[in-house]
Amino acid sequence: MTATPFESALAVADAVRRGERTARSVVEAALEAVAKRDPELHAFLHVAADEARAAADAVDDALRVGRDPGPLAGVPVALKDNLCTRGIPTTCASRILAGWRPPYDATVVVRLRDAGAIVVGKTNLDEFAMGSSTENSCVGPTRHPMDPTRVPGGSSGGSAAAVGAGLVPLALGSDTGGSVRQPAALCGTVGMKPTYGLVSRYGLVAFASSLDQIGPFARSVADAALLLEVIAGHDPLDSTSLDRPVPPVSRSLDAGVEGVRVGLVDELVGDAAPDVARRVREAAEALTKAGAVVEEVAVPEMRLGLSAYYLIAPAEASSNLARYDGVRYGLRVDAPDVAAMNVATRTAGFGPEVKRRIMLGTYALSAGYYDAYYGKAQRVRTLIVQAFDRAYERFDVLLGATAPSTAFAVGERTADPLTMYMSDVCTIPSNLAGHPAMSVPFGAGDDGLPVGVQVLAPALGEVRMFQVAAALERAAKARWG
Amino acid sequence: MTELPPLGRDDVAHVAQLARLALGEVELETFTNQLARVVEHARDVAALDVEGVPPTAHPLPVRNVLRADDPRPGLDRAEVLAAAPVAEEGRFKVPRIVGEAP
Repeated sequence: MTATPFESALAVADAVRRGERTARSVVEAALEAVAKRDPELHAFLHVAADEARAAADAVDDALRVGRDPGPLAGVPVALKDNLCTRGIPTTCASRILAGWRPPYDATVVVRLRDAGAIVVGKTNLDEFAMGSSTENSCVGPTRHPMDPTRVPGGSSGGSAAAVGAGLVPLALGSDTGGSVRQPAALCGTVGMKPTYGLVSRYGLVAFASSLDQIGPFARSVADAALLLEVIAGHDPLDSTSLDRPVPPVSRSLDAGVEGVRVGLVDELVGDAAPDVARRVREAAEALTKAGAVVEEVAVPEMRLGLSAYYLIAPAEASSNLARYDGVRYGLRVDAPDVAAMNVATRTAGFGPEVKRRIMLGTYALSAGYYDAYYGKAQRVRTLIVQAFDRAYERFDVLLGATAPSTAFAVGERTADPLTMYMSDVCTIPSNLAGHPAMSVPFGAGDDGLPVGVQVLAPALGEVRMFQVAAALERAAKARWG
Repeated sequence: MTELPPLGRDDVAHVAQLARLALGEVELETFTNQLARVVEHARDVAALDVEGVPPTAHPLPVRNVLRADDPRPGLDRAEVLAAAPVAEEGRFKVPRIVGEAP
């Protein structure tokens, strides 16, 4: 990772709460870093400088009158631009939402503000979060923070690059098939997808509602834990939100992994490039050395995940994206009647990948094919859940690669959608099962770019998952500094 | 089970129409080729024998959730309409929906 004005989110919040550093000075440092690096990176679609300064001043004012602004006091945070921010543009990197300013905030945004965090801007993504490289953005790709000829991964590539480059200590993304974990791996940051329902989806622009979860990006496991604890928890505005206590992930980071049963998943090693697979095996050895009981396990059903996902996610997307009709918000292309206006608007407003997924989903749901494709995919989803259940009878967590390769070149995989889809092969199974999973940086590949190791856990297994992630982080630090 | 037909040009034209998308000739060709590859890949799923396996539509055992029927403020109307492409007299305005009266 590259140099940053922020030691960590924890250190920033601590310094601000003690009065050693003002929130305003922290935010100015973030805005300066963004102004300096972002012309090259293109991680941000919108920098909310005025709002950020005002929010920072409010944090400083609160401290002056003896009020605690919260656990993220003065911490700059970047938000993927599919999270609604009241009065601040939210575009999903789509022409169809260009310039849209939502009339409400996403629940995660409210929780961030209530915790004292400062939203500094909105980050680039593959249009409507559909992609694995951020190249499907209507305003052009984000670049990898260590090599501008490479992609940062996707779809939350802007958030990953912003944190990887150290412009902000924290960011949020959304993960439908790996869109937090895969770019986190490629950019050398920590990235996490929570158990489905742990974080409210209210105000997250819907892609595939049974798979979408909002998740944190951070430069350390402890920072990711802190951010998760702030955004998680029951929300009456999301009917799929879990009404359960938030797993206390920060508490057990130092607990170690003595006796923890770790399953090294054959499929999540075998599908990775040799340099990535080697790091994953080294991570397994590091856990063994730290006292964990590591065994190899085959979960062949995982290989069905990709096909099932690319039927289920587009099917849900085709329904969710029907709302972009040129009536209530966003783009309208005029036509003499409403149906023609819908067609003209959607044809002009959506980019090619979004159109592909809408059509694929419409096809999978259409008469004559519903049972063969969508219906089958739903049953395969059950097979994957059952395979996970069997594995978790023997193991506390599973281990594998996050992405099959390190960051690939800009333009390398855009011609063939199926090749691009393969980038998600290691991350998709957890979304289909609704389970948590996270990526931790663990060394580099042959090209010197970061490798991410993925820790997977059963539903609401976040505490154990973070515990193992923290052990991997310590091992990586001991080895590479 | 009968063999599934490959995805062809007519299928793409049909689903584009259902999804309210207009495609040019070149686009239709490109999309057909690309989507046919994805559908081909999906056949490993379509070919599986999953007789007796229940479908999973959702990762959680979701039940319908109802909130207490208490009045509470909704979104601000002016703020919502300000984002509309065209609004008039407190409403969204759209082009003609049905044909002219005879």
